[in-house]
Amino acid sequence: MKWIGVALVAASFLFPPFFAGDFYINLASQILIAAIFALSLNLLVGFGGMTSLGHASYLGVAAYISALLTSRYGFGHGPAAIISITGTIVMAAFFGVIALRATGLGFLMITLALSQVLWGLAYRMSNVTNGDNGIAGLTRPTPFGISLDSAVSFYWFALVVATVAFLMMTIFVSSSFGSSLKGVRDQPRRMAALGFNPWMIRWITFIYAGFWGGVSGLLYVYYNKYIHPTSLSTTSSAEALLGVIAGGSGTLGGPVAGAALVLLLKNYVSAYLERWNMLLGFVFLFIVLVMPTGIVPGLTRLMTGLRRGPR
Amino acid sequence: MTPHALEIKNLNKAFGGLSVTQNVSLTIRPGERRLVIGPNGAGKTTLFNQISGDIRPNSGHIYLFGTDVTHLAPYRRAHSGLSRTYQIITLFTGDTLEHNITLGLIGLRPSRWQMWRPLSYYGDLTTEARRILDTVGLLHLATHPISDIAYGEKRRVELAMALAQKPRVLLLDEPLAGLSNTERSQVKSLIASISRETAVIMIEHDMDTALDLAETVTLLNYGRVIVDGDRDSVIADERTREVYLGV
Repeated sequence: MKWIGVALVAASFLFPPFFAGDFYINLASQILIAAIFALSLNLLVGFGGMTSLGHASYLGVAAYISALLTSRYGFGHGPAAIISITGTIVMAAFFGVIALRATGLGFLMITLALSQVLWGLAYRMSNVTNGDNGIAGLTRPTPFGISLDSAVSFYWFALVVATVAFLMMTIFVSSSFGSSLKGVRDQPRRMAALGFNPWMIRWITFIYAGFWGGVSGLLYVYYNKYIHPTSLSTTSSAEALLGVIAGGSGTLGGPVAGAALVLLLKNYVSAYLERWNMLLGFVFLFIVLVMPTGIVPGLTRLMTGLRRGPR
Repeated sequence: MTPHALEIKNLNKAFGGLSVTQNVSLTIRPGERRLVIGPNGAGKTTLFNQISGDIRPNSGHIYLFGTDVTHLAPYRRAHSGLSRTYQIITLFTGDTLEHNITLGLIGLRPSRWQMWRPLSYYGDLTTEARRILDTVGLLHLATHPISDIAYGEKRRVELAMALAQKPRVLLLDEPLAGLSNTERSQVKSLIASISRETAVIMIEHDMDTALDLAETVTLLNYGRVIVDGDRDSVIADERTREVYLGV
């Protein structure tokens, strides 16, 4: 029963290119990108118990490195991608050492502060980042000579990357390392007494989450062909965090559902409603009140309840 | 001469102005059965926390089999053969009994770093976890989450989790706390059956049960070792009566 549901959801991602117009296909591509980003944040928030408010750093830095290398220094997309992902990983390793000196609120504040530093740099170092103007006129890569300029071809590309990301992160959390991670989230002291190194487990996860954050950043800059400091802003981190919490943190489908919800509200509803932020607020209020653990766990419980019949 | 399983030398710990461990020195032989007693606030659990590494002492040394572990992180001590249970039950509530024990097993194995194979790939872990659950009489509950089982059963899982690691030094912090009489005798025979390769140090208030298990007894009061020695001589000691048995 559960697998039928999963299969249906998976299949629904195959349909847009055949039925929908460019606007919706592009929206679906953006959802995929946001889903990878939210999934990577969920490794920290949901599975590691490390609530970060600075995850946009990895998206933004990977995007900026790729944008700068391709537009200013004449790098090809391949080498640029490798360098930007490596750079993001190194940055995550370094930020992890700083942020993991604390847990809980302290951790959240450090991640927030670090991301604010990067956001400030992107704004002020205008000789490098072009400041508030952002970097425009970027191109999309052509993997195996296939152009990604059309909405449909980019969607397929994003879908392949998102599928790999989803599978890799699913394997990660169901591995024995994933069990260690969840154990450290629930009972760090006990885990240490059992022989696990909580700090190292958190740090490795932090870096892994940074890696996938970087991957989503590359897709983000390929999609938009433009990068602006807002991609590094707290708003960008907070939106993803809201998506994770709304969808269901610590579940695999949750961040995907949450990211889709945020993007639909942001891009679709905003066309009809000027105060879409208010609607976003109401939606979250509804979720928190009715399904405090998130959409995916909430719906799962509802389905099980319905199948068992009324009590 | 074989080294002591555990040796504590001149250990001191103070929280602000409150001395909770004062110049404590102890030696535990391999395989020894030691009972630590003392009134509430005597510093028994604080001593355990220093041995396990959760709290750093202000001064003094702790040796595990002759190696100075005073400054080692808790997980390193676990790899040196130290295991413990908690006075307040510390289990993974949402997970099954089997998974709880499995965590105890992989904690000491390199496979805990495995990132690309599902945990279920290691069939031997499951077999071993179920065998251990069987020894504590909980095999029939193996696939139930911890939140489903009764308090007395959780106490046994606490113990099973520590035993799964085949420790050479085992710290038991009030393993009988809150148990019914039947459960007490179950846990008592469980502790009695622990391999002689394991030194057991136990904090326990239930003297009737605990004294049967102990060979040696240490009496703590206000963070100090008051009496230390063979069970019978400590019980007979006047200071024990004064501090603990309340004459």
